Amino acid sequence: MTLEFFLGHVNYWLFIILMMTGFYIVVSRGNYVKKIVGLNIFQVAVFMLYISIGKVTGGTAPIFPTDSQGKIKVDPDIVYSNPLPHVLILTAIVVGIATTSLGLALIVRIREEYNSIEEDDILEIEAAMAHAENEEHGSAMGGRA
Amino acid sequence: MATATEVHHTALTLTDHLPILQILIPFCTAPLIVFFGSRSLAWPMAFISSLLSLIIATTLLVSVSDGSYISYHLGGWAPPVGIEYRVDAANAFVLFLIAATATVVMPFALKSVAHEIPKRNHTLFYACFMLCITGLMGVVITGDAFNVFVFLEISSLSTYVLVSQGSHRDKRALTAAYDYLIMGTIGATFFVIGIGFLYMTTGTLNMADMADRLQGQGDNRTVQAAFAFIVVGMGLKVAMYPLHLWLPAAYNYAPSAVTTFLAATATKAAIYVIIRFMFTVFQPDFVFDTHILIWIIGPLALLAMFAASLIAIFQTNFKRMLAYSSIAQIGYMMLGVAMFSTTGLTATMVHLFNHGITKAVLFMGVGALMLRAGTTFYDRIAGMGRVMPLTGAAIVIGGLSLIGVPGTAGFISKWVLVQAAFEQDLWWLALIIVASSLLAVIYVWRVVEALYLQEPHPDAIHKEAPMLMVAPMWVAAIACLYFGLDTRFILDAAATAAEGLMAGSAGMAEISTAAAAAATDH
Repeated sequence: MTLEFFLGHVNYWLFIILMMTGFYIVVSRGNYVKKIVGLNIFQVAVFMLYISIGKVTGGTAPIFPTDSQGKIKVDPDIVYSNPLPHVLILTAIVVGIATTSLGLALIVRIREEYNSIEEDDILEIEAAMAHAENEEHGSAMGGRA
Repeated sequence: MATATEVHHTALTLTDHLPILQILIPFCTAPLIVFFGSRSLAWPMAFISSLLSLIIATTLLVSVSDGSYISYHLGGWAPPVGIEYRVDAANAFVLFLIAATATVVMPFALKSVAHEIPKRNHTLFYACFMLCITGLMGVVITGDAFNVFVFLEISSLSTYVLVSQGSHRDKRALTAAYDYLIMGTIGATFFVIGIGFLYMTTGTLNMADMADRLQGQGDNRTVQAAFAFIVVGMGLKVAMYPLHLWLPAAYNYAPSAVTTFLAATATKAAIYVIIRFMFTVFQPDFVFDTHILIWIIGPLALLAMFAASLIAIFQTNFKRMLAYSSIAQIGYMMLGVAMFSTTGLTATMVHLFNHGITKAVLFMGVGALMLRAGTTFYDRIAGMGRVMPLTGAAIVIGGLSLIGVPGTAGFISKWVLVQAAFEQDLWWLALIIVASSLLAVIYVWRVVEALYLQEPHPDAIHKEAPMLMVAPMWVAAIACLYFGLDTRFILDAAATAAEGLMAGSAGMAEISTAAAAAATDH
């Protein structure tokens, strides 16, 4: 692996680092808000991947040049970057925002009900609830639960 | 009909636009429900919309039942540049399942939702329900890879909201929805990374075009990475063992109507996407060369069939037991895929449909019990089969179909699956399938025992569920029996779908010939 190869793909290395950072936060953090932040980084990393795909060597912004009268002047010699990944990512950004806001809205409701946004506390409360249920319904079934 | 290429610009009759109407009708109903904001209008609008979807889905299914397909160009832009909706035997089948389930669940939902969700949320609930239907249908109908992701997120986001609506009965619905959101988003993001890799290699998003350009790219590491990302990402949505962790809580705490709809359709649409990508986009040869079916999907499917069934046996709650049973049943479907034969895929498609209607009956039964007994723990639903004879009988029919007793729909799919095993001389596999069905006997028996052989609990309301709940339950129960006795319709449709899929991209032909074929289809 040469230095040139490494530098030439710097976007992709960063994509991998960013993606794994986000993923790690989602998995390792117990705080629900931090999990959402991790998820967000994870998604944003993918935007970077897509936009890197769109780059064409020597390509410019995909806008047709205009002449003095404002008419479009198509010049086949100009190399353009691929605009499609950018458009796709616009959609993905919207999806990301929707996911984040829904996640945060759920956290608000969770905080109202459980009075905590820490996974450990919530799991404890839920374990207690499950235990109480098993106690009630299990013994009613003659301990066969 | 006009000449091939012009069909979609000049498509003036309503029938030419059925593929887009399939999506647009529920999609437009959702904002209309919110716009009118009337509680009394929300349900009728949602119901009419699902009914129209069902009519369209049936028309589409009939028109592609001969193995042909319809290609609809959005906005008249021809693929591969434009977005294409493509209806063939495989997805018309899944569309029909989604639309039919939605239509059957709607009347049931009226009473069930009124009981389980506070009044002020009703309009928004039905709007979300419509969006969920839109998303699932979109995932299935589209022929554009990125479009799959967008629709997938539409369905997922609305599903998270629908699941969280169970919080008025049990606050754990909120954490269930949150966990589902985290895992679902990771799954969808993995999927979109996979699509990104494919776009990198092929420069196209149209599935048929992609399939053509991927020919002979089997050794390409990027394509292999794309395949891995897509299978894991969709595996999360399918709840393929061991990626199923979100499912038990989400199904258990969601409102009954939501669970019924999701159990019958959401995982099925995801399985369809996995199959579509494996067999159409990546080609059977590529999938075969990666050995993923034999070494990963197959063993995991077998594990799911046993592990999830065993967990189901030890549950004390009917609803939760059914959730684990769903994971086990998904195992059967993945096993059909893993066998890598036309018969195996037929088994998957048949089971997809049959398990859908079976779980619809059972979860509607759960909803009815919830209404009368307040909860579905076995000690509380004890004896309810005696005081609710219609509900009880429907649950028994659903249970028998879940086990796979001859004469029910469940038998047909397991029969085809066993046939597929024998075809490849895997007699031990056939024995394993039968053995895991025997586990189903145990967990279904526990419910039947509770329902009929015990005294009713004094706290329960000793009354049959309202007609509006019983009727849809019986429609689904009768479907379970009907498709168990008259197998022509379902087996033919599934076999046509499986043949098309096993043929790889040949089933999706080249773009230029696609339009011509579409013209003759009309």
